[in-house]
Amino acid sequence: MRRSLAGRTWPNAVAVVLFVFFAFPVYWMVATSFKQDNDIISKTPVFLPLHGTLAHFSKAVDADGFWTLVRNSFTVTICAVLASLIIALLASFAIARMKFKGRKAFVVVVMLAQMAPWEVMVIAIYMIVRDADLLNRLVPLTLFYMMMVLPFTIWTLRGFIAAVPRELEESAMVDGCTRAQAFIKVIFPLLAPGLMATSLFGFITAWNEFPLVLVLNKQAEAQTLPLWLTQFQTNFGSDWGATMAASSLFAVPVLIVFFFLQRKAVGGLTSGAVKG
Amino acid sequence: MAVEAERVKARSSDRQRTAASRTSGPAGRSSGQRRRGSADRATLLGRSAPYLLLLPATLVTLLLLGYPLLKNLELSFQNLNIRQFIQHLTEWNGVQNYQDLLSSGEFWHTAVRSLFFTLANVALIMIGGTLVGLLLNRLGKKMRLLLSTGLMLAWAMPIVASTTVFTWLFDSQFGVVDWMLSQLGWSGMAQYNWMSTQLSAFSVITLLIVWGSIPFVAFNMYAGLTTISKELFEAARMDGAGAWRTFTQLTFPILRPFFLSTTFLEVIWVFKCFTQVVAINGGGPERSTETLPVYAFVEGVGNQHFGMGAAISVLTILILLVLMAYYFRIIVKQEDEL
Repeated sequence: MRRSLAGRTWPNAVAVVLFVFFAFPVYWMVATSFKQDNDIISKTPVFLPLHGTLAHFSKAVDADGFWTLVRNSFTVTICAVLASLIIALLASFAIARMKFKGRKAFVVVVMLAQMAPWEVMVIAIYMIVRDADLLNRLVPLTLFYMMMVLPFTIWTLRGFIAAVPRELEESAMVDGCTRAQAFIKVIFPLLAPGLMATSLFGFITAWNEFPLVLVLNKQAEAQTLPLWLTQFQTNFGSDWGATMAASSLFAVPVLIVFFFLQRKAVGGLTSGAVKG
Repeated sequence: MAVEAERVKARSSDRQRTAASRTSGPAGRSSGQRRRGSADRATLLGRSAPYLLLLPATLVTLLLLGYPLLKNLELSFQNLNIRQFIQHLTEWNGVQNYQDLLSSGEFWHTAVRSLFFTLANVALIMIGGTLVGLLLNRLGKKMRLLLSTGLMLAWAMPIVASTTVFTWLFDSQFGVVDWMLSQLGWSGMAQYNWMSTQLSAFSVITLLIVWGSIPFVAFNMYAGLTTISKELFEAARMDGAGAWRTFTQLTFPILRPFFLSTTFLEVIWVFKCFTQVVAINGGGPERSTETLPVYAFVEGVGNQHFGMGAAISVLTILILLVLMAYYFRIIVKQEDEL
């Protein structure tokens, strides 16, 4: 099955072009953030930041309240992910291992909740949070982020729990463990990789969330990084170096986590919105 | 078949277990009253255990998802503008908001715009994603790794960050896209302001969404392709089928479920997409790139017509529900593990 020379070359050529198309924006973000100002605003773009500088990064990091925002983002995301992990662990154990009436209905609700149109619900959430007098606080954000990642967490953990052989649990129970002990001592340690992967996906979702924080937390000290990033341009004029440095600081942790998880991300997640 | 067998096995082992407990029952009873009480309690607990485990998740979902949805519906029947908002007044106005909306040109205009926006994006995403997936399948190992890396970068990029980067790429003064277009001989594009017209703003938004969404479709397409055995393609080639016929007569029919579910998923995602449109230009120029979710946000939160905004969201959610119903019909057919 020999193909002609052209037949063998064109797929590779197209692949290179596509690689550039997909990778260029990310490259341009990082490259711009290292460039000197006169390279950024030169008539012909400078494609390699040969005279690199870290000035833009220090400008972004020294921006008003940057560290408060970092702390806010981390607090909200980590609390949301941990809470949803605990709630999801209980629920996913039930739907993976137990038979009961209403199981199917619950699974359907989980799948529906996975697709909840949060973007369109912001008005109602705004009114609820205002009536509770909790605008510009981190608690409502944490709660709603937890809810946003909960269905996905339940759904994936269910898969991980179902993958642990039932016999392991049963033999632990034969040896005198109660069901709860069997779960804690046998299943839980085997779930560690699954828990890790699930929580990192939850982390990405909550870390990137924008519509809700846009509506709920207008005060500067209660914002999170995505909101700050969209306002960075307005606040810093057209200082593209600093804006791109801020973008890089925000995006690079996510890129790293994603690469770390890529095997679990590819394939089989059609039913779960990893990113939507 | 395997699943069925599994179920039968599970059922029979259950039966064995109940038989065992039945035989051990009398022995337990003879050893005293206290023991029996605790056994009863154990079975009661055992029977309610799944519900107890589901309780936190159910409560949280009702409170944080169910209640806002109901609240949204409630708000849509109210006359709730800035005055009522500040004074905490509740003024019911029946279906007035809906009447106003459905008789206004603006709503229908936005709805149609949303529809075309979704169609254009999904068509580009599905065609692009399929082609890239097919290409991935044809590449050698090294080139596949290269292309996958590029796709992975685009996929992983946080939407807010990629929106910021696209604004910079399409900047009218120093943007690299304008420079490249003028370099390619299109001198009118030097210093072109992409946010100045509806069409150009939509082009940037579309490119941003398509760029970020193709990787998901491409990877899934590739994963699907690897499940088709090589012999089938070989046979098709022996019979003299070209690339197009192989795709329409072999690949597409086999991966039909994949195409259906992914298309619907993309339709839902694009239709409710919000961040890209808002963060790139706030729905501008002059509100001409507002899609339904953005329209609801601008009316409701921006212009503080909360009731009207809620009515727009309810209508948007209804459209989404119809789409989701179709999606669920597709995947319920596919997934027997439900």
